[in-house]
Amino acid sequence: MDLGNFASLHFFCPELLLTTATLLIVLVDLVIIDGAYLGAVALITSAGALLLIGVEPASEGAWLFHRMIVYDSFAVFFRVLIALAAVVAVWMSMGSAEVRRCAQGEYYAIVLASTLGMFLMAESANLLMAYLSLEIVSLTSYVLTGILRNNRRSQEAALKYLIYGGVASGTMIYGMSWLYGIAGSLDFVAINHALFAASGVPPLTVFIALVLILAGLGYKVASVPFHMWAPDVYEGAPIPITTFLAIGSKAAGFALLTRFFYPGISRLDVGGGWTALSGVEWPQLLLVVCIITMTLGNLAALQQDNLKRLLAYSSIAQAGYALMGFVLLSNDGLRAMLVYLFAYYVMDAGAFLVVMIVANATGREDMGAYRGLAWRGGAVPAIALAIFLLSLTGIPATIGFIGKFYVFAAAIRERFYVLALIGILNSVVSLYYYMSPVRAMFLGQPEEGAQPIAIGAWNYSLMGLLAFATIALGLYPPPVIAFAARSLHFFAGTS
Amino acid sequence: MVNGLTLNDFLILGLAVFLLGVYCVLTRRNAIGILMGIELILNAANINYIAFSFFGGGGANYDGQVFAIFVIMLAAAEAVIGLAIILAIYQNLRTIDVGAAETLSG
Repeated sequence: MDLGNFASLHFFCPELLLTTATLLIVLVDLVIIDGAYLGAVALITSAGALLLIGVEPASEGAWLFHRMIVYDSFAVFFRVLIALAAVVAVWMSMGSAEVRRCAQGEYYAIVLASTLGMFLMAESANLLMAYLSLEIVSLTSYVLTGILRNNRRSQEAALKYLIYGGVASGTMIYGMSWLYGIAGSLDFVAINHALFAASGVPPLTVFIALVLILAGLGYKVASVPFHMWAPDVYEGAPIPITTFLAIGSKAAGFALLTRFFYPGISRLDVGGGWTALSGVEWPQLLLVVCIITMTLGNLAALQQDNLKRLLAYSSIAQAGYALMGFVLLSNDGLRAMLVYLFAYYVMDAGAFLVVMIVANATGREDMGAYRGLAWRGGAVPAIALAIFLLSLTGIPATIGFIGKFYVFAAAIRERFYVLALIGILNSVVSLYYYMSPVRAMFLGQPEEGAQPIAIGAWNYSLMGLLAFATIALGLYPPPVIAFAARSLHFFAGTS
Repeated sequence: MVNGLTLNDFLILGLAVFLLGVYCVLTRRNAIGILMGIELILNAANINYIAFSFFGGGGANYDGQVFAIFVIMLAAAEAVIGLAIILAIYQNLRTIDVGAAETLSG
């Protein structure tokens, strides 16, 4: 189906809701002086978007807006994941002491605009749309990172994010211009046809174009060598925004990466495997990127004292594990990647939430603030953080184990034995730094003058929900796996 | 051909501008200088898009020219946000040297 502008709107309701709410919040913010309940509007909107995705008309897939956007089950998976990330980010924002001090209207409007950009990233079917949606996400993220105007760390993080982001996306569109020159089109399907049909395409030119494009996409998922911004930005941004970047922005990056490299420039075989362009060795390149990403993330995390920074490096490593599923060139691998991203969403959001609870109460993020946490009124958050960190390590009976199991199993089935071994070794190394906050919380002596921790019901309920999901889906994973398996359909249409 | 210029001439110009932009980003310490380097990178891509579109790399069409217009628009948006952030940095640090922004490291 190749739908025109009006017919496309049936499949575009969640995005329309986000757009309307963004504009509404901006307008209401001008009239109303006290913006205390704008957060509730944003929360209802992101939950509403999630609901609208659920009630969309059943369809095999379709091109929307004259082939700018594609609607298929793969897009649905990532829209659900991103909408869930937006719900968590807004929920956390409403319970965050940092966010309460900044302009509410601007803040929530930009969060929703960013969510809209991530949705579009997951559905792009055209290089122009890919670039535009990526820039919507980038520009809004710069502002959100620097939203604490009088906080030096926040401003500095925003500047670094802007510089890295500007260079990465500039490099990406320079690479895209070469691809456009080779294929003569910006449409993913047309590019695919041109690349596989033309005999005269020099593989080296295509490879260089792909490397340049990888700069922009790799920066969004924070893979080596485009990861340098991540620790600084994660540390400087307000914690709800850190969470949003770590789970939402990264998921959107994976969506676009997969859409571009799989249906964009590879071919699906009958058996569920994919064939890359011959002579263009991007799978090997990404294999190296994947190994370095997880190893470097884990090794750098070993020396961190600030919990936010530790989780930033950990999220680089986690992106490396998810990339393991990506480099296998098979639907099995992609399914493992989707399962992993879902698991990562639940446990990383939970870990950042506990960091926020402690920061709310003490104003600190360093390891000292966690010493003896369990014995000064913070037993419940301490247990929750332990669950999330165990899950990030990949201990059985948590959702993190299911994610790792699927990724490693897929790697072994595709005969990437060394890759699987490196992944397992990395998990062992990560145990050390994931357990150091746990040790501090339960075995450490509280510092002198350390305040007791008090949490409100608002943050309590989200923490309970995420901890429950981590354990429950770890013990009974079929819903997640079935959802991921259902989401492997890329609409290619009959062009 | 336009006045004896071929597609290759434009691609070489684009590459030169791209490399100058990267060089500028890597060597400048002034935040506004770095933003100007990013502008150069974006315009290098624009030169390529318009050249490919005009000379018809794989079948002439106007997609490339449309892309260039969008890039110009987004470059403006990025400059606005960039300058706003630099202004906020200046108010906090009284300098826009990126070397001074080093609270976050490790």
